[in-house]
Amino acid sequence: MASAFDYAPAPESRSVVDIAPSYGLFIDGEFVDAADGKVFKTVSPSTEEVLSEVAQAGSEDVDRAVKAARKAFEKWSALPGPERAKYLFRIARIIQERSRELAVLETLDNGKPIKETRDADLPLVAAHFFYYAGWADKLEHAGFGASPKPLGVAGQVIPWNFPLLMLAWKIAPALATGNTVVLKPAETTPLSALFFADICRQAGLPRGVVNILPGYGDTGAALVAHPDVDKVAFTGSTAVGKEIARTVAGTRKKVTLELGGKGANIVFDDAPIDQAVEGIVNGIFFNQGQVCCAGSRLLVQESIQDELLDSLKRRLSTLRLGDPLDKNTDIGAINSAEQLSRITSLVEKGAAEGAEPWSPECELPSSGYWFAPTLFTNVTQAHTIARDEIFGPVLSVLTFRTPDEAVAKANNTQYGLSAGIWTEKGSRILAVANKLRAGVVWSNTFNKFDPTSPFGGYKESGFGREGGRHGLEAYLDV
Amino acid sequence: MPTTASAAHPLTDVTASDSTLRRFLHGLPGVDAVGLEARAASLGTRSIKTTAKAYAIDLAISMVDLTTLEGADTPGKVRALGAKAARPDPTDRTTPATAAVCVYPDMVPVAKEAVAGSGVKVASVATAFPAGRAALDVKLADVRDAVAAGADEVDMVIDRGAFLSGRYMKVYDEIVAVREVCGTAARLKVIFETGELSTYDNIRRASWLGMLAGADFIKTSTGKVAVNATPANTLLMLEAVRDFRAQTGIQVGVKPAGGIRTSKDAIKFLVVVNETAGEDWLDNHWFRFGASSLLNDLLMQRQKLATGRYSGPDYVTVD
Repeated sequence: MASAFDYAPAPESRSVVDIAPSYGLFIDGEFVDAADGKVFKTVSPSTEEVLSEVAQAGSEDVDRAVKAARKAFEKWSALPGPERAKYLFRIARIIQERSRELAVLETLDNGKPIKETRDADLPLVAAHFFYYAGWADKLEHAGFGASPKPLGVAGQVIPWNFPLLMLAWKIAPALATGNTVVLKPAETTPLSALFFADICRQAGLPRGVVNILPGYGDTGAALVAHPDVDKVAFTGSTAVGKEIARTVAGTRKKVTLELGGKGANIVFDDAPIDQAVEGIVNGIFFNQGQVCCAGSRLLVQESIQDELLDSLKRRLSTLRLGDPLDKNTDIGAINSAEQLSRITSLVEKGAAEGAEPWSPECELPSSGYWFAPTLFTNVTQAHTIARDEIFGPVLSVLTFRTPDEAVAKANNTQYGLSAGIWTEKGSRILAVANKLRAGVVWSNTFNKFDPTSPFGGYKESGFGREGGRHGLEAYLDV
Repeated sequence: MPTTASAAHPLTDVTASDSTLRRFLHGLPGVDAVGLEARAASLGTRSIKTTAKAYAIDLAISMVDLTTLEGADTPGKVRALGAKAARPDPTDRTTPATAAVCVYPDMVPVAKEAVAGSGVKVASVATAFPAGRAALDVKLADVRDAVAAGADEVDMVIDRGAFLSGRYMKVYDEIVAVREVCGTAARLKVIFETGELSTYDNIRRASWLGMLAGADFIKTSTGKVAVNATPANTLLMLEAVRDFRAQTGIQVGVKPAGGIRTSKDAIKFLVVVNETAGEDWLDNHWFRFGASSLLNDLLMQRQKLATGRYSGPDYVTVD
């Protein structure tokens, strides 16, 4: 009775999801083996347990899938908008009905906490399909001409940090505008895309409209380079994005790229401190910081630095790290051994360059890929950890004295995806937001997403917008 | 454990004049309503199971201020309430007693007798509860009555009119005066009636004002208005006591009151305490629930955990 309030474990049931021992590629409405018979294993990052064996698409499979999508395009693009909308609404409703299953699946395959897949990912996935279903019959009113036409076959490559959500961002607008799709999920997280293939069949979606090709980077490269692909959409690292840009340069292909980021989260001295602390935590520790728009650089006004850091450290001490299927877990596993070693080496570099790391007392599980939430103080713009994207639960804390200095430091990066402003003064929010070179600027909040709101970057964070009315443009001949 | 606020602390200067007090209260960090409510909602999604739930239910029972504040109160009703507070579930003697019974001043002697020897405290609302619209002399007389009758705790209401018109010093002086009457005999709970303060910024200012004036507890509401305790306003007050202790070394208790009816809700509040102020507040000396109908739901949930079956309202006493 006298002991502290230790929460008992509250694990979500694994039995709600039935993972088959092996999966094929999804081409022309069928699950098929890879032409060369290659397979790879997908593991659960929190336990390193093998979840399933998945067919690995080669260039021959890419060709088959693109052909299937090309053939399906004729009928799909000719369907009246309201008909396409019906399929999308149906998919959205099936996602809602199966959301618990998909949330557990995503947590197993990705390592992120069930709290996030259940409360953030899945509701947003369904919302994107609902939102773009609503546009399917109103394209002539979207501001892109009287009868905007689809582009054709879209080749889409998505990352492992939000596997199903990134799929929704790509597939929903593509289908709503009458395109057909060949999508390559990331090699560490292919399962939810394959479950989505099953949902397409459940919804009665015509064959070939959506094709899913699990595989590694070479599969993605083959898809991007395929001559019969009309549109390339990519979310992932800046290095790969540059390669894609080189591949499609000089072709007729349209391309949108959502790449890395190094978001500045600016806290002024008149900020609502307690809420700013929550926003900083959400900005960098949501999905273990494996978020391209993470607020990974905290810019705090010098006068409140000590107070804010004390509050932040106290708050970090309450974060719960562990089994991602436990409903009380705040911080899950890092997605892969490779990513973990990248984070580790950047953090070592930060310490070697003179920044001071701090982590709360935190026991890491013995198996799986884990990294304790970490913040660095004494960071300057010249430090590697203030410039390179770490893509992990690591926050760099910098200070500023005046709003001009805050803006200059925030913009002094090769990226430009997101930023945050914390102040009680409305005029300051508007003045600073106007000067920030970032695709999204959140004020007194962070990491909020909505299908109606466009998302995309400046500079090396890419180009093109996803979401909202703007997201339609990337899939229309305008 | 300090039970009484000490007069001297690093913030004593801010109450030197009307203007220093105003500057201090208006210099507190603002509250972003959307962010505050989102944080409270996210804490509400903590899943509390098995051993943690059993612990939380017993803790919540021990934190209840069992209350009757009706014009129709009789000595018989108050005696029944006292018996229930001392032994909430006669079928299971392992059930902890509640923290206190809370009554009007004229019922304090009856309540004292009813809980004698049980460890249950007697709290009394005073200061022209619930409106607080009386002259200071009248309010102080009310408190004096309660303390003289043996009240262990006094629940006072602040003058919301004075607070909303910016006369912070008047509110401060009244609390200080009531604190003096309470002396060492009674702990003082200061009720803000958060539903009438309207903004979260006001609730934060009121919390600091109450603590500066020597409150032992800060309490959300009287339970007599439409909006009473919520996870968000309780979270905000817990941040205030946490920050106040960090600056002055003085620990102050928190009491959400009104509208908390189910075990599930009560456990959510405990989660908010645990993750905001921390485990130092997870004790009925520092945290209370001003909620009467809550107790029976806690008892029914407790029986369910013990037997594996739901009982029903007739398996717990009506009062």
